[in-house]
Amino acid sequence: MIEFELICGLETHVELLTQTKIFCGCSTAFGSQPNTHCCPVCLGLPGSLPRLNRQAVEYAILAGLALHCEISPLSHMDRKNYCYPDLPKAYQISQFDVPLCHDGWVTLSNGRTIRIRRIHLEEDAGKLIHQDGRTLIDYNRCGVPLIEIVTEPDFRTVEEAREYLELLQTTMRYLGISDCKMQEGSLRSDVNVSLRPVGSEALGVRTEIKNMNSFSYMEKAIRFEQERQAGLLRQGLPVEQETLRFLPEEGRTEPMRSKEDAHDYRFFPEPDLCQIPVSDELVERLRRTLPELPQAKQNRYQQELGLSEEEARLLTRYRKIACYFEEVATEIQSPKYAVNCILGQIFRRLKTEDDKERAEIPVPPAELAGLIGLLEDGKIRIDLLKSTLETMLDTQKSWKDLLRPEDLAGISSEQLEALCWQAIADSPKAVNDYHNGKEKALKAILGLVMRGCRGKADPIEAEALLRKLL
Amino acid sequence: MSVIRALHRAFCDNALSPTELTNCFFSEIHQQNPFLNAYVSLTQETAHQQAQQAELSLQQETLPLLGGIPFALKDNISTKGLPTTCASGMLREYRPVFSASVWESLCQEQAVLLGKTNMDEFAMGSSTETSVYGPTRNPLSPQDSPGGSSGGAAAAVAAGLAVYALGSDTGGSVRQPAAYCGLTALKPTYGAVSRWGLIAYASSLDQIGPMALCAEDTALVLDVIAQKDERDDTSRGLPPTADGLSLPVAGKKGVIPVEMMQGTSESVKQAVWDTAHRLENLGVSVETVSVPHLAFAAPAYYILACAEASSNLARYDGVRYGYRSDCSGAGFHQAVCRSRWEGFGEEVRRRILMGTYVLSAGHHQQYYQKAQQVRRQLQQDFASLFSRYDFVLSPVSPTAFLPLGKVSGNPVAAYQADLCTVPANLTGLPALALPSAVYEHQHPVGVQLMGRRFEDAFLLRLAHHLEGTGTRPPLPAPLATLLNREGIA
Repeated sequence: MIEFELICGLETHVELLTQTKIFCGCSTAFGSQPNTHCCPVCLGLPGSLPRLNRQAVEYAILAGLALHCEISPLSHMDRKNYCYPDLPKAYQISQFDVPLCHDGWVTLSNGRTIRIRRIHLEEDAGKLIHQDGRTLIDYNRCGVPLIEIVTEPDFRTVEEAREYLELLQTTMRYLGISDCKMQEGSLRSDVNVSLRPVGSEALGVRTEIKNMNSFSYMEKAIRFEQERQAGLLRQGLPVEQETLRFLPEEGRTEPMRSKEDAHDYRFFPEPDLCQIPVSDELVERLRRTLPELPQAKQNRYQQELGLSEEEARLLTRYRKIACYFEEVATEIQSPKYAVNCILGQIFRRLKTEDDKERAEIPVPPAELAGLIGLLEDGKIRIDLLKSTLETMLDTQKSWKDLLRPEDLAGISSEQLEALCWQAIADSPKAVNDYHNGKEKALKAILGLVMRGCRGKADPIEAEALLRKLL
Repeated sequence: MSVIRALHRAFCDNALSPTELTNCFFSEIHQQNPFLNAYVSLTQETAHQQAQQAELSLQQETLPLLGGIPFALKDNISTKGLPTTCASGMLREYRPVFSASVWESLCQEQAVLLGKTNMDEFAMGSSTETSVYGPTRNPLSPQDSPGGSSGGAAAAVAAGLAVYALGSDTGGSVRQPAAYCGLTALKPTYGAVSRWGLIAYASSLDQIGPMALCAEDTALVLDVIAQKDERDDTSRGLPPTADGLSLPVAGKKGVIPVEMMQGTSESVKQAVWDTAHRLENLGVSVETVSVPHLAFAAPAYYILACAEASSNLARYDGVRYGYRSDCSGAGFHQAVCRSRWEGFGEEVRRRILMGTYVLSAGHHQQYYQKAQQVRRQLQQDFASLFSRYDFVLSPVSPTAFLPLGKVSGNPVAAYQADLCTVPANLTGLPALALPSAVYEHQHPVGVQLMGRRFEDAFLLRLAHHLEGTGTRPPLPAPLATLLNREGIA
């Protein structure tokens, strides 16, 4: 049987987090009452004219720089003409032949490079709401700035596509230019899928699956499409070039429109807007504002802080978590305990993606660092750290209020010896068992000692002492 | 002298009040408009409010120069809450929710808006015959068209039904009617006047321009409306023009492109030569030159204008505003098709179809891109011309008058008649139409001056000097009577 290789490319729409829309002063806030963020410009009323939001241009350039793109020194907007009720001007102002950014790349964890063909700026359309057999239109989203990030068909596995999209999401969030919430539509991706026999160089006929708004749907859709196309090809049937939608409930794709009734968008330069000059100075100024990006951070965590790949990846996935980690780590001797606390106790409380993205951790980094410092100084032991941290997360109290002075005082060898004698006296049965060769019985006595010192003693030292005394 | 200045002085001397003047104009409009069809809607309430405000300012001695002076707006310039229909069935009931920048500027000056004037539907035409309201008559010769597309505005001013008017010019739409009606009208440099609120025909060519009875009035109005406007990305504004009208012109050099003289009537040729002669008497030289690429100007213009129009007019789908066909049960696309078919007239439909065609895959390169090439070539040609000459002198249109009913049958011939006016729109250069001393058919024959970018002032200055040689036609009768009666003129 012929084996096929998956060829896949992504076109990803990212809504930009500007305060106002791309061509007018209306708010971009999500979730408001329908048609409350509208004006003559975004409604396309006769005689209105667009004005380009400079912030949107700068955000798009930031995205381009983060993805190693070239920035066009002079680009322009174009009109993409098509008739649909969510598009009040009957054209979308977009970029056609000269995108703002082009020819970039990203590297995946397996070392493969994905080429970015282009990033262009455009406006979002409104939203149709189908209700009680009628169609209503909400124009609030109309004119919200978007960037479209287009890759070359460089993905060879579903996992690569997913990793890329997650990386894109993390990167845009690090840049602070988008919240990239798939469920709210601020990150959505079209997927191009084709197959070719393994070893072949030619590209096969591709299909495009529109508007994937969840990572798992995207994976399912690509896998389905991969199987479907392979099935056709193995039967010697052609793959039709067509646009598909994914039906999540049924786990399959279905055609939206075929090549024959593909749109003719009649692109031409938008005459209402001047060209967009981007000076080297602007590019350099923006380059200087780039934060350390997730991959660089991950590498640094691994190389400089000695974290495992998994730890570094988890910590850098969300910028605020990474910031929190770094703030804690700079105050303590080794990042090890900070990693364990964050990925363990703290992550357990940040259940959803959203929680992690918001990273509202009730314990300030300095507090956690202080607590870990006690451990590093040998003043408390790990069990006490864990239980104290748990209480701090519950009550938002400082460890200073939770730990008594005697908890921090450490323990002298006299005190430990006294505790051991006490424990031996309190557990005659265990002592007896121990003397009868039951090694396990020693653990029970050791437990009493550790409880008696609130975990401050070194259990190995305490065990050795007990053996001696017994 | 300037009619605007004369009326302003009459206000200041208390010889006339803004309200009296406004009433005079409305009574004249009521008499003449049913025959001329220059106005498609009157704005009496707004006019009287503006006149009263002007009177208050007059008492406080703060009346701006245009304050209290009655004027008209072409019906594609948005007036908040007042009909703005583009003379189209599509927008017959449309009331804009915001005002054009030019109307805001004039409002601030306390200018008195009398009404909105007739035009070719969506400014597509050159005879005001494609209007849903029917044609306008030329007040100088009622069997003729006033030209177009700003024909209603030209007729209103020429008949003494407004002191001046604002039209829009995409391919000659203020200059050609001005030439047919004995007026002075400027298509300003692209970007001099904000397009905010001008309902677009072809965005890269459209410019609002003043139409008036003399160069000075044109300049005074231009100075109010030519402001940089943040709402129009292409707006740049213009330095004041009216103050420098009397500066000398001797020593300047003009040129007549021979291609613009070809195929023109005898009177039109005469008008150009007579103007050249008068200019020479003013110490201005005029030569001839050949600009071969002008042969492609009209085709390139119609391709680009229609392409942009097809996109600009695609929004009229009857969903949110505008004409909606009774289409219960029809799907979205069917409802849109029917509303557009019924709402638009024949010429608008023709241009939308042509524009859609020239932009569509497979024809884009052959038409749209070729036309863009011609446009860039013409821009270079004129740039090189203006490195050697200060202005271009030419006819406005090939004939001195345009009988009603003669255009509609032959659109291509009508398009070719725009040869002299479209280059200014394709190049963005300023162009002024003004009357010559040559008459035919009761009309003064118009001529055109084109100048360098943002040197609109120089064209007005030349026109002002030419008026001094006796080219200026008599004032419209009602206005002449009024000024004489009050002892103003």
